Amino acid sequence: MNETEIRAIFLQELGNIAPEMDLQRLDAYADLREALDIDSMDLLNLMTALHRRLGVNIPELDYPKLMNLDGALRYLGDRLK
Amino acid sequence: MTDGLVDFTMPSLGSDMEAGTLVEWLVRPRDKVKRGDIVAVVETQKGAIEIEVFEDGEIAEILVEPGQKVPVGTPLARVRKGVPASAAAEAVAAAAAPPPPRAPAPEPKVVAPRRKEGRVLASPAARELARSLGVDLAKIEGSGPGGAIVRADIVGRATAPEEKKPIGLDLAAMREAISAAMARSKREIPHYYLQHQIDVTPSEEWLARTNAGRQPADRLLFAVVAMKAVALALKRFPQFNGFWREGKFEPAAAVHVGLAIAIRGGGLAAPALHDVDRLSLDELMTRLRDLVPRMRAGRIRGSEMADATITVSSLGERGVEALFGVIYPPQVALVGFGTIVRRPWLTENEVRARSVVTITLAADHRVSDGHAGALFLDEIGKLVQEPEKL
Repeated sequence: MNETEIRAIFLQELGNIAPEMDLQRLDAYADLREALDIDSMDLLNLMTALHRRLGVNIPELDYPKLMNLDGALRYLGDRLK
Repeated sequence: MTDGLVDFTMPSLGSDMEAGTLVEWLVRPRDKVKRGDIVAVVETQKGAIEIEVFEDGEIAEILVEPGQKVPVGTPLARVRKGVPASAAAEAVAAAAAPPPPRAPAPEPKVVAPRRKEGRVLASPAARELARSLGVDLAKIEGSGPGGAIVRADIVGRATAPEEKKPIGLDLAAMREAISAAMARSKREIPHYYLQHQIDVTPSEEWLARTNAGRQPADRLLFAVVAMKAVALALKRFPQFNGFWREGKFEPAAAVHVGLAIAIRGGGLAAPALHDVDRLSLDELMTRLRDLVPRMRAGRIRGSEMADATITVSSLGERGVEALFGVIYPPQVALVGFGTIVRRPWLTENEVRARSVVTITLAADHRVSDGHAGALFLDEIGKLVQEPEKL
């Protein structure tokens, strides 16, 4: 899976959680929890969706690495190599 | 055994509701129904709510057509009681329960859907599943009798990316409902407030250990530990569980916890999780995962909206350490959990960095006093610290 596909899936799942947000304009380094007003249940739903769609089981200890768009795409890219 | 006719009426889905608009019937005359079946959708200030029937029987007559707004208590349909629930109806109920590992469940014939203008052909079980998963029936091809959509058709689709729009939610109406309930609360209920700070490091560590071996779909959140602790503490302090009605306190036998859920775009609702004291943390988590998205999509059942016996509010990771709640009438208490924060904390005469949460209680002084409130909060605090025993 290439970077573009990972990005598309990640943004789609973010969009499912925060449907009213314009994700094309999301700052790559903004804290997702603050930028998108995500709570712990949203975050868990995001991790569940990523596991389902990408097959990447993200442990809780790694959550902080996915807290902005840039970090999340890098993390998922590494895990899918 | 009676086989008389009973009225199925517009329910009251909260003390502030006076009328509702019938949006859709999910049954037709002569359909067999079982207690708990969802038979209609009603639009209220809180959004579209699914209404359950409380009798086993058969729909004898529909009295109110979709689009009509009627006061609470108005008969919507007549139900012929005591008609033996058909095997088909039971099959539907069984199918509506979480599916066993995909045995080829036969889709019942009797309730096999009929075509209706503008309506997709689908079994009631499939309809319910589609609704809970946010799947659009119009986009699915049916494999059941007459091309009807059955549950199996939807299970495969649930993982496909779906459109999610808040459908049944009217935020302006919700704001009005909140303002009516909260103004009444502050006008009528003599609130008192207590707060209690506790070290939840052991609880966090237990959650981290438990979740480490689990896939995301099976992980637990602190919110379920908090809710279960409140529910168990209520068994010892029943004066915080129930309703103030007509000048006196009516304790509730069951513990239905209303969980305050923020709606994106503004708004708040507190649908109930039933019998929280009797559910395991895993069962509670499953219910919570089902409830939150349904609430946010505006698909909530009548009984979930109306019968919470206490409210729990949590500010998640919103950064605020304590909240002082406004009781949702006719309830008599609200327990608040602030954000878990890292703080210097004295343990065994040494200052250490610990995870600390502030638990608060807003309670009705007509029913309880601060002394009982303090003991109640203390009990919740102790229970939260030992999640393995919950």
